[in-house]
Amino acid sequence: MDVVVLAKYVPNPSGSPPEIGPGLRLRREESDGGLDPSDEPGLELGARLAGEHDGEVIAVSLGPERAVRALHRALALGADRATLVVDPLLEGADALATAKALAAALGRRPFDLVIAGVESSDGATGTMPMTLAEELGIPALTFARRCVVENGRVSIERQTDSGYDTVECGLPALVTLTAAAAEPHHPSLRETIEAKKKPIERLSLADLGLDAADLGPTQRVTSVEIAPEKQAGELIDASEAPRRIVRLLEEAGVV
Amino acid sequence: MDAVWVYAELDPYGAVAPSTLELLTKARSLGPDVAAVALGPGAGEAAAILGEYGATTVFAGDDAVFVDHPAEPTAYVLGRLAQAHRPQLILFGPSYDARDVAGRLQGILGCALVANVDDVLDTDHVRLTVALSLWPGRPGNLRGGIAGAKLVDVELSGPAPRLVLARAGAFEAMPSAGRAEVVAVDVEVPAERRRTRRLERHEETDTGPKLEEARVVIAGGRGLGGPEAFALLEELARAIGDAAVGATRPVVDAGWAPFRMQIGQTGKTVKPDVYVAVGISGAAQHVVGMKDARRIVAINQDPDAPIFQLADLGVVGDALTVLPALIAELESARVGAARAG
Repeated sequence: MDVVVLAKYVPNPSGSPPEIGPGLRLRREESDGGLDPSDEPGLELGARLAGEHDGEVIAVSLGPERAVRALHRALALGADRATLVVDPLLEGADALATAKALAAALGRRPFDLVIAGVESSDGATGTMPMTLAEELGIPALTFARRCVVENGRVSIERQTDSGYDTVECGLPALVTLTAAAAEPHHPSLRETIEAKKKPIERLSLADLGLDAADLGPTQRVTSVEIAPEKQAGELIDASEAPRRIVRLLEEAGVV
Repeated sequence: MDAVWVYAELDPYGAVAPSTLELLTKARSLGPDVAAVALGPGAGEAAAILGEYGATTVFAGDDAVFVDHPAEPTAYVLGRLAQAHRPQLILFGPSYDARDVAGRLQGILGCALVANVDDVLDTDHVRLTVALSLWPGRPGNLRGGIAGAKLVDVELSGPAPRLVLARAGAFEAMPSAGRAEVVAVDVEVPAERRRTRRLERHEETDTGPKLEEARVVIAGGRGLGGPEAFALLEELARAIGDAAVGATRPVVDAGWAPFRMQIGQTGKTVKPDVYVAVGISGAAQHVVGMKDARRIVAINQDPDAPIFQLADLGVVGDALTVLPALIAELESARVGAARAG
């Protein structure tokens, strides 16, 4: 069973904030970004499923050349090989363009399962995997806290407001995972070294048979302003805390 | 004609989601032609309340296919209706059910989609808050309610309809005196759009005041260290009374708390009188769900945690020491008040 795991490059969480670049795009030039932590459970589960069902894990990313760093991490976490969709025309690609380009990349070879995070840590739109499933013409199960593959079908526990639902479908399919679905391991030194020998394929839009007209933007930022600042309150020591918090609760009339 | 549609979300028992009523209230400020699309058992009965909040037309389909087979039949039928009636905009709430429908619908229609929207300015423009810093990092990242936040206006283009997903609580729901004309949806869902199946629903019981209604919300983050410390929050909630416990997404993902307790971008939005953030650093995704609390208290060991920029009262300290002392203080204050009374 071959598993594709989407591996997004995100800027370093503790890095400096990006600048507003030409065309009011957010320009992220940090040198030390990496794999979105939301994608790590998918790599862990993907490696487990491919191991049990005799297949391969392919990590796929779309982004600038530096997104290769996310793929290095994905390979250390258990992917067998990786694909980077990289093209200057994809700079600033919205979710629809991303889904179309990823669908073209994934459509080049058969697969059984596509795994994605529920939403990225930076954009947090949370709709791209479903759009990708539609572009690929496959069913999708989302928001899984548990995911099992048996007899050519995939079944998940989907988190709901009151508990969870059990939902299932046949393969090939796409699933999105929460962090509860699998606990990523820390790659060993050996895994990190071995990862450097694994192949990384690069695909441009021309390789995918797409051009800019296929990926036209559907939105444009017209203005950006800094949100108003709030005055920070008082910082106190732990020893004063009980008395001060009780006073605040009393002032609010809640105790 | 610039019709604005609202995707009406129904719960498993046919009740309309509060976010749907908020969206309808907003939709009627954008133009006179407002429709709601309600799919699933209970859709017909939902038409009355949908009309009351602003829908002039309700497209209603009661078929169980929409709950037995999640997301895909709904997106398929919504797509067929949109192709037939050509609305300019379709508004969705922030739930995962809504995201699934909207994401697949974007693939079907090849149209624009914007999520996490704070305001819809007109049928071509939306406004959202973009957090430029993902997680707390440097004090220099701090801007306003959200670390490094910018207000961004976005113009939508390309084929109609455009799909807009609003944040929880972005708009206030206000009824009008309206009534909706009901149009029965009779689109047949083909077998190839019934590929996902819901086998079972597991419902867990919830006690105490609801998160959205409690006057005090006590929320825990990763900084608590583990599920045992999380139990202290429940104890504090009981000591206060009208208080509910919430959690950040990492805590829910780690399994210390159920999803219904999640506060933030992908969870609930709360606006209590007092919000007590314990072991929460102040990541943007959490902050959007609580920044409108009237008073904010933060307890965190890291004096540089961004949550302190937001807090009216910040306590630098270990929650495992501060919380038991606070609970004891509340109890002695209560005893003192009882004696005085």
